Amino acid sequence: MTQRVSLAGLIAAGLFVIAPLIVPGWVLFLLTVALAKFMVVLAVALFLRGGLVTFGHALFYAVGAYTAGFGSKWFGVHEALLLVPVGVLLGALVAALMGLFMARYRGVFFSMLNLALSMILYAILLKFYWITGGTDGISVRTPTLLGFVPPRDAIRLVYYYFTLVLAGAVTYAVQRFLASPLGFFLKALADNEIRIEYSGASVQRVIYATYVLSGALGGLGGVLAAFTVGHIVPEYAFWLQSGEFVFIALLGGYGSVPGPLIGAIAFEFIRTYANKYAPYAWQMTLGMIMLLIILLQPGGLWAMYEGVAARLRRRAEGVSHA
Amino acid sequence: MATLIIIIVDGFVFAAILFLLSVGLTLIFGVLRILNIAHGGVYALGAYMGTFLALKSLDLGWHPYLTYLMLLAGALITGLLAGPLIERLFLRRVYGQAEAIQLLLTFAILLILDDLIKLIWGTTPMLVSKPSTLLGQVSIGGISYTWYHFLLIAVSVVFGGALVWLVRGTRFGKIMVAVISDREVSQAVGINVNRIYTVSFTLGALCAALGGAAIAPTIAVAPGFAVEVVVQSFAVIAIGGMGSLEGAALGALFIGLARALAIHLWPEFELVVIYLIMLIVLMVKPEGLFGAVEVRRI
Amino acid sequence: MPEAQPILHTVELSKSFGMVKAADRITLQITQGEFVGIVGANGSGKTTFLNLITGYLTPDHGRILLLGQDSTGLPPRLVTRLGLARSFQIPQLYTALSVLDNVLLALAAQARQSTGFWKPLYRRQWLQEGMDILARFGLTAYASRAVAELPEGGRKLLDVGLSFALQPRVLLMDEPTSGVSIEEKFQVMDTLVGVLHQSQMTTIFVEHDMDVVQRYSQRVLVFDNGAVVADGTPDTVLVQPQVRRAVLGRE
Repeated sequence: MTQRVSLAGLIAAGLFVIAPLIVPGWVLFLLTVALAKFMVVLAVALFLRGGLVTFGHALFYAVGAYTAGFGSKWFGVHEALLLVPVGVLLGALVAALMGLFMARYRGVFFSMLNLALSMILYAILLKFYWITGGTDGISVRTPTLLGFVPPRDAIRLVYYYFTLVLAGAVTYAVQRFLASPLGFFLKALADNEIRIEYSGASVQRVIYATYVLSGALGGLGGVLAAFTVGHIVPEYAFWLQSGEFVFIALLGGYGSVPGPLIGAIAFEFIRTYANKYAPYAWQMTLGMIMLLIILLQPGGLWAMYEGVAARLRRRAEGVSHA
Repeated sequence: MATLIIIIVDGFVFAAILFLLSVGLTLIFGVLRILNIAHGGVYALGAYMGTFLALKSLDLGWHPYLTYLMLLAGALITGLLAGPLIERLFLRRVYGQAEAIQLLLTFAILLILDDLIKLIWGTTPMLVSKPSTLLGQVSIGGISYTWYHFLLIAVSVVFGGALVWLVRGTRFGKIMVAVISDREVSQAVGINVNRIYTVSFTLGALCAALGGAAIAPTIAVAPGFAVEVVVQSFAVIAIGGMGSLEGAALGALFIGLARALAIHLWPEFELVVIYLIMLIVLMVKPEGLFGAVEVRRI
Repeated sequence: MPEAQPILHTVELSKSFGMVKAADRITLQITQGEFVGIVGANGSGKTTFLNLITGYLTPDHGRILLLGQDSTGLPPRLVTRLGLARSFQIPQLYTALSVLDNVLLALAAQARQSTGFWKPLYRRQWLQEGMDILARFGLTAYASRAVAELPEGGRKLLDVGLSFALQPRVLLMDEPTSGVSIEEKFQVMDTLVGVLHQSQMTTIFVEHDMDVVQRYSQRVLVFDNGAVVADGTPDTVLVQPQVRRAVLGRE
């Protein structure tokens, strides 16, 4: 199975690389945003794998975004290769602090406490407007790459590839994670906590480690989104943003790495068309799609793809055996 | 001294509003063991429906006192429609599934309800102030309150009492408690658990709708209303203990008073205080002040 | 033969639930290599005893010494790390994972690598050890299959296998044959005992089935009213009328 995924993966990777040649500029923009959000959604998907729903991941997303924002506004730092590591680090740090206490909770408490913490950040971002820009937000100037300012007409291209490379690195890292003991223990968490504890392993430590990793991913996604969109607002920490990430994880399918990516891309397109044809029904659109997924195809788009792929494979094997 | 009185009065008013919002949520959690995120949506729907009917009645030239009846009617229509619909069409399909899925389902319904409100009534805020202004004003400590605010406090007390009586003193209440403590045994004894679930959920939805309709005259209902109240209601029941009616009252009081304090003494913290309290209480006593629910942690 | 340090040593172990004395100053020692059966009627305190020594319950009084170390009050996770592993009456398995995955996770836990996130779970050393363990328990055919496909006896074997994989100094089995059909009962027990004897594992097992206890244990502890009322070889203990009365309710 790993072989086949690699082939499909290579094709997909290839498509991503040549995308700028075949898609229009606005699609490239969408893809860049999708790639950035994909990283945050991966973090959410990891928790879902462990049976936990985090309704507060916008917290880390906002931490990353405002790293870029503050770096730009207050420290005059515009260097991408500086802002990105700092964003990741801050995301991981915040998670390391929160995780000390969050790792003790499960179920609705885990969900709601995450939510509460992200809403505290939202409130802070809103209230302390003289630092954060309040509801006006902060404009993030196009960052430099190693001091080098990309030419105007190539900015979108450069940042697409920048984000793509990082997304590739993230994909690799998360795949290793999923194949590691921690990745398996995370899945076991949703299954049988008792067995984990009676094996001498610590459930709390498993959750904590996942929490820190997910914070780093969230921060990374936030910084990259800030670069691409160019303007950040407190809504980056609002719980509807967290809800969007959860929605994408559900839409794409959270049991795999490609799922969140497919979901993120699909989401950006859905949003574009929804804005065009039904601007007042965005939440309803999300809600209805979520219901459909939950009731009909809980594995999301990726499960649909796997189903189709399996059927094609069986047919191919049937033919070769004939 | 005057400030203290104002803070206390404000606190109780907030508490009343929060209680009316949250008691249905804790009830549903108590029976179905599901955190109904869509609760805020039904609350908002009740507020909108009540406001709409009341305004319509005034347009038609009916007696102003009938607006109270209109509010009640709006709540009843909302609760009696939304409750069974949500429970039977959607919730029932995910009983027994992973908690995560149940949360996501109710979250999806919230999103739908919030936009449904927008689609039906548009985005302009609506306000029916008649029920409130009809009762006149009273000045306390230099701040003028309307009698309606105190009516709200009275309503919430009566309401809470009625619910406690329903759960403790009636046959239905006892059946509900039986289902809560052991679903399987209840089924074995012949209780129609499915129907109890539907009725309990509808009861919770009615509470939400009534709560929304009751406070509608004090605020202008506007889009996004549903989403705002969801976290507040969760904070209330988490603090008080999920599934506990007394807990909802206590949690509401706690947060109401804290919020009043914050508004008058540290205005910047007004938004944050509700979440901070929830965090602190959960850290110290995770099952809530009256909680008997086992908090899932090792 | 030099006096061996007891693997497990409880001193005046006591626990009450309200008025009920579930454990009444239990003092006993279990030495290396022993194969001990624990019997008693429901409510006799044998389950409480089990829960106390595994750390699930904290005693009101008394101490528990595991390999000379005081394990009183330690949670199950740390008790396991000290060297006492247990299997469960209802097998505790990762049902969403394959049989081999279950074993690999036990090995990873034993190697203190549960939070390792870079190197894969499927590594040669663990794969070899894992397959070896599955072979010992007769589960090789199920290695890559889902746990759900295991028959009841297989689930029990896997459950013990997972505890065995932790390389404990003492293994505790909670009703290893309960829920297993009569045909499979002795088969399962034979396999288990075979593996445990081969590795000279100190074993304690709680059982309801007298035949199983008679046949496999070398020493029997009889519980009644929270205390040990008989302690000896199966032949000497199980014929005593008061034992039969306490456990079976008849002479």
